[in-house]
Amino acid sequence: MNVTFTADDVAFRSEVRDYFENDFPQDILEKQRKEIPLEPEDLIRWHKNIFEKGWAAPNWPVEHGGAGWNSVQKYIFADEQARVNAPPYLPFGVSMVGPIIYTFGNEEQKRRFLPDILEFNTWWCQGYSEPGAGSDLASLKMRADLDGDHFIVNGTKTWTTLGQFADWIFCLVRTNSDVARRQEGISFLLVDMKQPGVSVKPIILLDGEHEVNEVHFENVRVPVENLVGEEGKGWTYGKVLLQHERTGIAGVAQSRYRLQRLRRRARGSIKGAVPLAEDRNFIRKVAAAEVELKALEYTELRTLASVASGKAPGPESSILKIAGTELRQAIDVLDVEAAAYYALPYVRDQYVLDFPKQQSIGSETDTNSSLVYFNDRKVSIFGGSNEIQKNIIAKHVLGL
Amino acid sequence: MDFSLNEVQMMLADSIEKFVSNDYDFESRQEYSGSETGYSEAVWQTFADLGWTSVPFSEDDGGFGGGPIDMMVVMERLGRGLIVEPYLANVVLAGGVLSRTANSAQKDRWLSAVIAGKLQATLAFVEPQARYDITNVTTSATSNGDSWTLNGSKGFVLNGGNADLLIVPARTSGDQVDSNGISLFGVDADAAGLSIRDYHTIDGQRAAEISLQDVQVVADQLIGGIGDGFAALDGALDDATLAVSAEAVGIMTALTEKTIEYAKSRVQFGVPISSFQALQHRMVEMYTACEQSRSLLMWAAMTVAEGSDESKRAVHSAKYQIGIAGKRVGEEAVQIHGGMGVTWELDVAHYFKRLTAITLMFGNADWHLDRLAD
Repeated sequence: MNVTFTADDVAFRSEVRDYFENDFPQDILEKQRKEIPLEPEDLIRWHKNIFEKGWAAPNWPVEHGGAGWNSVQKYIFADEQARVNAPPYLPFGVSMVGPIIYTFGNEEQKRRFLPDILEFNTWWCQGYSEPGAGSDLASLKMRADLDGDHFIVNGTKTWTTLGQFADWIFCLVRTNSDVARRQEGISFLLVDMKQPGVSVKPIILLDGEHEVNEVHFENVRVPVENLVGEEGKGWTYGKVLLQHERTGIAGVAQSRYRLQRLRRRARGSIKGAVPLAEDRNFIRKVAAAEVELKALEYTELRTLASVASGKAPGPESSILKIAGTELRQAIDVLDVEAAAYYALPYVRDQYVLDFPKQQSIGSETDTNSSLVYFNDRKVSIFGGSNEIQKNIIAKHVLGL
Repeated sequence: MDFSLNEVQMMLADSIEKFVSNDYDFESRQEYSGSETGYSEAVWQTFADLGWTSVPFSEDDGGFGGGPIDMMVVMERLGRGLIVEPYLANVVLAGGVLSRTANSAQKDRWLSAVIAGKLQATLAFVEPQARYDITNVTTSATSNGDSWTLNGSKGFVLNGGNADLLIVPARTSGDQVDSNGISLFGVDADAAGLSIRDYHTIDGQRAAEISLQDVQVVADQLIGGIGDGFAALDGALDDATLAVSAEAVGIMTALTEKTIEYAKSRVQFGVPISSFQALQHRMVEMYTACEQSRSLLMWAAMTVAEGSDESKRAVHSAKYQIGIAGKRVGEEAVQIHGGMGVTWELDVAHYFKRLTAITLMFGNADWHLDRLAD
């Protein structure tokens, strides 16, 4: 048992650091530091940049274009990525639909979809939740009825993140209503969003931002070759996907750098005031969050090590989702407390690159802290709410 | 990065697990705990014969040459077994000081005997006024040339009533809370002027209040240099903090498993109570608390093993976590066991009490968090 990095690991770290310091688009890092929202063009640009580096898909097998990293390399990469505040990968293509296609799809589907996911030529979004199917996902109603060599798709998907920019959506749809278990009639279908009958309506979240959407499908014709795997097996595939989603969800490296930033800022003093770090109550909460972080980090490393030894990420990866999101929300609160009054001004217009510093309200990103806090309430709700994660652990790990 | 145990560690784990499951059931534990000494001398001799008392000591000192990870393996399993034998006092505390700072004659005389199971020892690191501050030492030692005179009192001396040898930190210079000026003395239990008031502790173990009145100690019973005992004391206490953290992880795991098992078998309203979501989520939280504690424990053990700059921080983090998680897991185990959980008859209550004792020893959660906040 040891935590030492090999010489190869150290060399890998310096290669990753060099990439982020030199080859990664530096204007995007500047926006990230200043918490300026990234434009769709920014997102496309950096994904294409990392594709050129050969690192578009850390988790994919090499034969499909993955980076071929071991678990320590993935850890180092995430650490360096967070160190410079680089944005996380958009998960919908590379982390979500990609693994489903290379695991369950046919050769034609792999050839047709995987290269464009890697190169970010296609923007994917996720079609799981419906207005009537949230935590109870198996109650989904969107129908795909076979009509010759096409499915006719009708229904509504919701909470579709960044769906307003997406080219394609992967959906869980009901292809058979005449089944003993609801889960059995569900299939996994890829739908081109740029066609008649698909409409996207914005949902504005509590922070005032347009991040998610409702997507409506009205008699949309989808060729049968867009069905992934077997008809009626979509539920099983989707569950595999959710487990992949959960292993990356801990957000250890981001939380580490946010806590470091918080400590650094708390030690500083504004106009000679007593530094926040001298507030015992506050700094003890920071210390407690740091312990939570360390626990999470080692639980994730243990999970990665078990995956590396050939085991699939099991249901215990649900712990990572719960603990990771709770920690993220706890740090959000600390950031808000650190900002105090300056968490209150709602001044979105100053979050642009050329905003004059002397006109900026609050120090650094104080005024964004409350919006992050509000927005992040979602993290304990999405990807299977934390209560659903507890149900999963109860059933599949503890055997209750 | 590697989280697996090596072959030797797996054999060590296996031998302790076998001993616990074959030879140390709860009834035996209760019998040993209630005996005159509060432990079984025969069991202790078995520990020595099987080499468990030698684990943390170097081969030069007649030990097994193990480190923090080996000790984690041992303590976790002693925790699961709810062992009352004085391993912590002898091996971790007294042994920890002796191996760090005793001269070779002292090691031959004392450490070898501890390893062989022939000498009961302890470290009197608490004073009644000191709470968790080990630098707070008022017990004094004054030099008479070739001997020392000790005066003062020590509290909560684990295994104090059984000990043949008490290692006593005493002040030879400096202020009351100065880390410099603390010297360590090996005091024989039958020394004139030493009085020992032995008592039971809430977790079925034994401790004692000790007072020293003009106790004479010859020069070769000074362990280490004059006034520089703190480093060895502090090192041994860090070892002990990590050791009880591992013991707590073993206990929490046992409590979580026992609670799940009980909930599946206990029927109310015509169904097992494990089918109730209110209880399921609480058991998930117990499980999560165990696993998060285990992760921190592994980090701390590996960090200390590597002698990294982070090791002090890692030990504080692990013990803070144990303080929080141990309380939660212990209380939930009792709650979910319902009426049975509050009976003396069931082992659950005794695991809970040992866990409670651990949360209060070597710094509680607040104390460790304060060190981390600095």
